[in-house]
Amino acid sequence: MIECKNIKKTYVNGDMETPALKGISFTIKDGEFVAIMGPSGSGKSTLMHILGALDIPTSGTYHLDGEDVSRLSDDELADIRGKKIGFVFQSFNLLSRTNVLRNVMLPLVYADIPLVDREKIARKSLLSAGLVENRWHHLSNQLSGGQIQRVAIARALVNNPSLIMADEPTGNLDSKTGEIVLDTFQKLNKEEGRTIILITHEYDVAKHADRIIHIRDGLIYDNI
Amino acid sequence: MTISDLLHETTIALLGNKVRSGLTMLGIVIGIASVIAMLAIGQGAKNQIQSSIEGLGSNLLTIMPGVIQPGRGIVSSGRGSAQTLKNEDVDVIQKISGVAYVSPESSRRFQIVASTGNNTNSTVTGASSVYEMVHNISISDGFFISDAHVRSISRVAVLGATIATDLYGEENPIGKKIRINGGIFTIIGLLTAKGGAGFSGPDDMVLVPISTMQKILSGSDYLSIITVSVTDKNTMNDIRDSINDSLIVKHRVVEADFSIISQEDILGALSQVVTTFTLFLASIAGISLLVGGIGIMNMMLTTVTERTREIGLRKAIGAKKKDINKQFLVEAVILTFVGGLVGVIFGWFIAFIVSSTGLVQASVSLFSIVLAFGVSTFIGIIFGYYPARRASGLNPIEALRYE
Ligand SMILES: Nc1ncnc2c1ncn2[C@@H]1O[C@H](COP(=O)(O)OP(=O)(O)OP(=O)(O)O)[C@@H](O)[C@H]1O
Ligand SMILES: [Mg+2]
Repeated sequence: MIECKNIKKTYVNGDMETPALKGISFTIKDGEFVAIMGPSGSGKSTLMHILGALDIPTSGTYHLDGEDVSRLSDDELADIRGKKIGFVFQSFNLLSRTNVLRNVMLPLVYADIPLVDREKIARKSLLSAGLVENRWHHLSNQLSGGQIQRVAIARALVNNPSLIMADEPTGNLDSKTGEIVLDTFQKLNKEEGRTIILITHEYDVAKHADRIIHIRDGLIYDNI
Repeated sequence: MTISDLLHETTIALLGNKVRSGLTMLGIVIGIASVIAMLAIGQGAKNQIQSSIEGLGSNLLTIMPGVIQPGRGIVSSGRGSAQTLKNEDVDVIQKISGVAYVSPESSRRFQIVASTGNNTNSTVTGASSVYEMVHNISISDGFFISDAHVRSISRVAVLGATIATDLYGEENPIGKKIRINGGIFTIIGLLTAKGGAGFSGPDDMVLVPISTMQKILSGSDYLSIITVSVTDKNTMNDIRDSINDSLIVKHRVVEADFSIISQEDILGALSQVVTTFTLFLASIAGISLLVGGIGIMNMMLTTVTERTREIGLRKAIGAKKKDINKQFLVEAVILTFVGGLVGVIFGWFIAFIVSSTGLVQASVSLFSIVLAFGVSTFIGIIFGYYPARRASGLNPIEALRYE
């Protein structure tokens, strides 16, 4: 359950202030598949960083599953990210000199999951993400873009997070591969009941979600 | 994050750029190897001095004319210039209980010409019959100088092993004549070769009766040294005091006009010189270790910059500050530790090469190995600390955005 109340974020560089979010409020219930859509520079990534506990808002409150995340320390945020949130980024998602399994197991390393259990959990999420087994021992720089995103999804799933966030996950893919990745998200949402927040500037991508939050210039102007 | 995770990450990171890791490590390898080698050579030199001095006899007191300032070492002795020791002193010392032998000696360099025509310049020492016992030398052929030779001021000589071969080659020199400073001497004995033992070894000396030395060769009644051997090593200090007192009385002086030195004094002074020198060499080697450490820091800073996005990603998926910190610190420490290991092996090898030249028997001590490992690990921590802190302090968003 995500509850944002009047979230503002202003970047300060020297004496230059850039207001990226100007007061955003919304709620996302568990098991929803929501797209946050808006033109470039509208503040989508900024919002995702806050929702993903990578950053804290300048003002306003953000409750994740009832816990106020907006005032936590760096390490406390890291803890939340490790336990509750899985990320899929647009690019540079995987460690390049490391094989697929090891990449997927990485969040388990930081979550102090015992060595013996890690591979079993990683295999399960790779299957959920739909990556064929004969690629599991490849190094990540020997994979195609679509396969990379599936590994990234598998890694996002591995800690069994309640929330999966994806920032332009199909931005680097052709439309057909993008479609497959989006289908995977849909399946995870429908079959496993995970909350998914998808960030994009394309309507074709956003329409895969159940609900679209439109933002422009740091404000929500349509929430359907 | 378990230790095996850390090692796994480190191996991947370091092997991912083998050339760079190798070159960086080389700095540490060279530093550690030279520290190890320098300490080993220094230790070897010290051992060698120790054994050669002990070979001279550890129950000996050497009395020299002139005063040696304590603390200034034995370098500034008035040997040769001050003339305060006389034959009568020998009788005085002989009366002290606990004294075994008293050997009066008088040395000077002379030109020596053999009947073969070969000639050399060597130290000729006037000695009495007890010289043989006091200095622990033995005769390989012929006889040593006897009391009768001393009484009758005989023109006889005993040759050291090296000088004998220099003058006569393979020929047996016993009974042959040599010319010392113009006077003709008959060779009556040969000393057994003592080998290697560094300075003033008996191998290249010529011994003549003390009386002959004083009356015929140097024309001076003074002694250059009196060597005293004691029966019990533990009474050494008491005997030294007794000798000191009785010689002061005998010389009718207030302050001693002679110096009494034990083997221990010489050993201490020389060891001190060698230790200072070793420390000097080792600190030069230490500087190269420091440079190696700076190399580590440089590489780690570059690595942190290069891997900014990776660090951001790790943080995004739950890595805490301490996880990132550990990862980079371990990387630096592993670099220096492996560098230290290779350095120790390399230093050992250098010590081995130096030993095999026969110059010094270099000895690598456990202490220097432990020290090397300690220092190299310490360097890893010191020079890895700042880069690791930089890495762990990175903001995950900035890091992910970094191109
Ligand atoms: N670190 C920063 N310092 C200053 N301004 C920033 C910073 N990050 C973002 N901004 C500004 O905040 C605004 C929102 O940026 P954000 O990255 O959230 O946009 P976005 O909607 O993700 O755009 P895009 O679709 O191009 O990724 C932009 O005007 C941007 O210039
Ligand atoms: Mg963006």
